[in-house]
Amino acid sequence: MRLLIIEDDRDAADYLVRAFRETGHVADHAADGEEGLAMALDGDYDVLIVDRMLPKRDGLSVIGELRAKKVETPVLILSALGQVDDRVKGLRAGGDDYLPKPYSFSELLARVEVLARRRGGRNEETVYRVGDLELDRLSHRVTRGKDEVVLQPREFRLLEYLMKHAGQVVTRTMLLENVWDYHFDPQTNVIDVHISRLRSKIDKGFSQPLLHTIRGAGYMIRDGSRS
Amino acid sequence: MLSRRSRAGARLMTTALGKLVRTTAFKLTLAYLTVFALFAIFLLGYFALNTKRLFTEQVTEVVDAEISGLVDHFNVGGIRRLTLVVEARSRRPGSSLYLVTTPGSEGLAGNVGSLPTGALDRQGWAETVYRRLEEGETSDPHRALVRVYHLPGGFRLLVGRDLDERDRLFQVVLDAGKWSAAVVIVLGLVGGFFVARRVLRRVDAMTETARTIMGGNLSGRLPVAGSGDELDRLAHNLNEMLDRIEALMGGLKEVTDNIAHDLKTPLTRLRNRAEEALRSSRSEQDYRAALEGTIEESDSLIRTFNALLMIARAESGQARDNMVDFDAAEAARAVGELYEPLAEEQGLTLEVDAPAAVPLRGNRELISQALANLVDNAIKYAAPAAQANGTPSCVTIAARAEGDRVLLSVGDRGPGIPEGDRGRAIGRFVRLEESRTIPGSGLGLSLVSAVARLHGGGLRLEDNAPGLKAVLEFPRGGPLPQAAIVPVQPGNGQGG
Repeated sequence: MRLLIIEDDRDAADYLVRAFRETGHVADHAADGEEGLAMALDGDYDVLIVDRMLPKRDGLSVIGELRAKKVETPVLILSALGQVDDRVKGLRAGGDDYLPKPYSFSELLARVEVLARRRGGRNEETVYRVGDLELDRLSHRVTRGKDEVVLQPREFRLLEYLMKHAGQVVTRTMLLENVWDYHFDPQTNVIDVHISRLRSKIDKGFSQPLLHTIRGAGYMIRDGSRS
Repeated sequence: MLSRRSRAGARLMTTALGKLVRTTAFKLTLAYLTVFALFAIFLLGYFALNTKRLFTEQVTEVVDAEISGLVDHFNVGGIRRLTLVVEARSRRPGSSLYLVTTPGSEGLAGNVGSLPTGALDRQGWAETVYRRLEEGETSDPHRALVRVYHLPGGFRLLVGRDLDERDRLFQVVLDAGKWSAAVVIVLGLVGGFFVARRVLRRVDAMTETARTIMGGNLSGRLPVAGSGDELDRLAHNLNEMLDRIEALMGGLKEVTDNIAHDLKTPLTRLRNRAEEALRSSRSEQDYRAALEGTIEESDSLIRTFNALLMIARAESGQARDNMVDFDAAEAARAVGELYEPLAEEQGLTLEVDAPAAVPLRGNRELISQALANLVDNAIKYAAPAAQANGTPSCVTIAARAEGDRVLLSVGDRGPGIPEGDRGRAIGRFVRLEESRTIPGSGLGLSLVSAVARLHGGGLRLEDNAPGLKAVLEFPRGGPLPQAAIVPVQPGNGQGG
């Protein structure tokens, strides 16, 4: 995955570049809005990570300019402005995801991977398959092997989101945002309980678990037999 | 030295006077005065002219009547009778002027002594000068309006009235006019001066107060005289504005104080932990554990920080832009559904009592967060009791409309909060003694309360008999334009 990080804080940028390289990605760095815009227009990047407050050219204006030039590279906005309306503003400006500072790297990595993979697109598929687990998005039927799994509507959406991003780490915040549409931090980890319920419905009684907890990051659904 | 001081004093006085003269009140007084003076001059002039005309008319009438009477006497008793009558009339006090002469202008009877020559030659009306019979030739002549009548046989009859009376009256009116104009002008100027000075004093007092307020003393208020006039209303409104500003500044200061105080504690802890790891850790595992602890600690710091920011934002009314119409019952069900597995895991049941749609205008995200906080709290506090008893107790989320109010409540069967502590529990960072063992930043309820106030509503804590019931009350149509402006210090009330 090729990434461009547009961030004026040298330390933060260096840390991100290093961290992405360690996880096997290629990351470039631009220190201001103009440089970032030029690099984003030239280079073939999978995801752009853009800070909102940048010298020379504001982050939102960089995104606006890219979108005006029909550059559809997914953009993740990083910002110290973390309130709901800031986020709405960022997404309206053409950002694809919004992560308030401070963030954990695992959260950022998970979101960037989801954004990068989204270009391939799994949206058109009507049936998601992971191992012998099957989810039909039209008929809302879920089966594991030969057995039908009965899910509550929200559990269905939770599984749907996990399966859409099968093989990718999905963080608790991502689940809260995408499955429940909440952007606040419920102090207790309610998501874990939902996951363990879902797990008991799809994995219980099967020798091969599909829903995995990734320590310190989140969850991932994948076919264990292949990896 | 002395003269310079007096000059300075004089200049001071002139500037003070100049300031006074420049006031709106004084200018208004002048304008009114001018209009009033013009009106008075017109009125007096009209009065004087009419008096003159009326007087002349009256004289004409009297003289005409006398002449026709005297002519009758002459016709009946000849010149002899006429002279007798004229003599008799001339002696009456305040009499008219009479003169009967021979054709050779020799006086026969009457009280007129001398006339200009030829005055009797023309018949009819004339204004002339004369002297009375008893006055000497050297005295000043008087003015009179006379009528000359030529009798048969060449005799001449003159009847007239002294005009001094008319002139005197005219003079009196003129003098009255002059004096009253002078009095009006003087009184007007003095009045204007005093009114202007009074207004100026109040405006000066306001300016002075405003200056001290600008100097940083936000507790100053403009003087209100209590008369309810426009200056009072202005002062009153400005004072309300100052109240609002002071409350906002107070809120800001409190937030800063709280941030300073309550973020320093975990920061110190964080620092100590890192220091200790450096000092005493031996193995890589020790370091790893210390670092993980550090990250955990900083995460909770960030959470506290976010909550503080959100409260401050909600209290300043900034989030009011994002208000939409939504169904509060549906929002309550969504929160219930999010927490239901957690409640079950904790040995509780969670019920949502929201049978009908409850339309509400507000920030859905914030209201959901407030409800989530309340449910989170309820589960935290009710769970230990339920686990100890071994019987599942119930957390109930309810949403219903009552008139134009919307009530969202979360009730539990936990230990509850003693009545005396309920007000305090809403305050920032307040953690009641009984809850020290339960994790949390102590910001939950004050955040909920801030959200309620943002929507022009309030949070109150009630006895759920047993347990605690937190009730959020909102106006259905969202906050009134100024409803959320009313500043409420956190923790001093439950009604918001």
